[in-house]
Amino acid sequence: MNTPSNVMAESQSRSGALALDISPARRMYWSVQRELWENRSIYLAPLAVGAVFLIGFLIALIRLPGRMRAALALGPMPQHEAIGQPYVIVALMLMVIEFLVAVYYCLEALYGERRDRSILFWKSLPVSDVTTVLAKASIPILVLPLVTFAVTVATQFVMLVVSSAVLAGSGMSAATLWTHVPFFQTSLINLVHLVGFHGLRYAPLYGWLLMVSAWAKRAPFLWATMPPLAIGAVEKIAFNTSHFAAMVQNHLLGSPDSVTPAGGMTMEMLAPLPLGQFVLSPSLWIGLAVTAVFLFAAVRLRRVRGLS
Amino acid sequence: MACLEARGLRKTFGATVALDGLDLQVEEGRILGLIGPNGAGKTTALNAIVGLTSYEGRLNVLGRNPWTEREQLMRDVCFIADVAVLPRWMRVSQALDYVAGVHPRFDRAKAEAFLAKTTIGPTSKVRELSKGMVTQLHLAVVMAIDARLLVLDEPTLGLDILSRKAFYDSLLNDYFERTRTVVVATHQVEEVEHVLTDLMFIDRGRVVFSRSMEDVESQYREVLVHPDTLAAARALNPIHERQGVGRSILLFEGLERQQLAALGDVRTPSVADLFVAIMSSRRGQAQGATR
Repeated sequence: MNTPSNVMAESQSRSGALALDISPARRMYWSVQRELWENRSIYLAPLAVGAVFLIGFLIALIRLPGRMRAALALGPMPQHEAIGQPYVIVALMLMVIEFLVAVYYCLEALYGERRDRSILFWKSLPVSDVTTVLAKASIPILVLPLVTFAVTVATQFVMLVVSSAVLAGSGMSAATLWTHVPFFQTSLINLVHLVGFHGLRYAPLYGWLLMVSAWAKRAPFLWATMPPLAIGAVEKIAFNTSHFAAMVQNHLLGSPDSVTPAGGMTMEMLAPLPLGQFVLSPSLWIGLAVTAVFLFAAVRLRRVRGLS
Repeated sequence: MACLEARGLRKTFGATVALDGLDLQVEEGRILGLIGPNGAGKTTALNAIVGLTSYEGRLNVLGRNPWTEREQLMRDVCFIADVAVLPRWMRVSQALDYVAGVHPRFDRAKAEAFLAKTTIGPTSKVRELSKGMVTQLHLAVVMAIDARLLVLDEPTLGLDILSRKAFYDSLLNDYFERTRTVVVATHQVEEVEHVLTDLMFIDRGRVVFSRSMEDVESQYREVLVHPDTLAAARALNPIHERQGVGRSILLFEGLERQQLAALGDVRTPSVADLFVAIMSSRRGQAQGATR
């Protein structure tokens, strides 16, 4: 038997040695870090797309001086479009892959750990369900947009520098290129679009997918897609309207009137709205509130569902 | 102080009753073996103790409610579910980094020292390790955590006999001390019986037998009875009888050694034999009652 003084001494030495607690921020950091270890596609997929595009772009450089001369003969707007096009295309390609990785990640995030039973290991550590779910939600909402932004900027920078060198080599000035693709401004538009649209504006979608992945016993993809389709179908059959579909579409793709058809395919088309208007728009905040509800449900489900 | 106390613990899954009013109390510094047939409710009970499942009834683990305070509780409790739960994509170094990052009582140097004695390299992935090595890794992590309660659910399932023995040797020699408490559920009784201080049999969600190992040793005797003295032995009300080679083996409760010595060789029953005896006598009674 332990005497009380022994117990005291032991508990003191125990608290003296290691009982320094761990801050919530550090727990969150390691929870996000472990998602990056497990899901390397978060950065490998954008890097691969950037690399493949660069290879194609480098091969096409042979024709750059000719294309540049042709572009210079055009009017100001078509010229702007022609010169900026590859930069827009790479940004769009990276956005598409970012979206696909995010959707795939969300559907797997809280489903995979139950399927392979590793949830028993995660839950044997002092990390709350709230921390875990928030760490997982931060991947599509914040981490993936930022990673994609970094890859886009790096790719576009390499493209600009190499193009300038080729143009200089063929005796042309690179100044036209840099005025049509202003690097700093392009990057800023990219950042706002990725974080604002692909992160915050799409957050309710990611929240929904995370909730389904915490809930589904199998086939999370089907469970994620069937209910919205069912709601749309019932609404169409019952009332012959499609408000639900329009609402989802407006939220994810922007309202139809905000797209400027005259703009063509330029980097400016990705600038969503004036930033102030975007931040203050009610639909953004309603979306974020809906996200919070989905994430709260995901936390509850992860706690209750456990292994089943 | 009771480290772990359950009163009337109940859990149902639909129509299946997994825990049917389970009572148990474990004092600090004990090593309790929870033995039961498949589906007896062992895993459900342990999951409730570590906050993985909800329950009805009262459950107190280190002064906390595991269902509402899992996060805080897991600073003082370690849990090994079974060998397959370490994420397969993880590298050994990542496992150590992560646990060090989230667990305030994890001593990384200790875990590395333990791993240095094995053949597990820091860059190996869990999926590349054998079952025995994964268990060693998990044990290395758990043993480096200064916890007060260790909960093990079939920790050696699927391991060969050498790994099983090594597991319990490490547990006893390197980990266990007086301020720690261990609860282990298994049906591989032979490996654990020399480790335990307390023994509990559960069946259909209820505790059917609960004794300290000292009590088991002083209360239960097994006698190898020659056919000539069998009638006399049966008159003493054995709780169980089975056939050995040329002898009958009778199990008695509460009789003195001297009293039994006249009937044949007396020995302490193994936990496995005791388990079979208690379970079959219970099932016999249950059948008698329904008839």
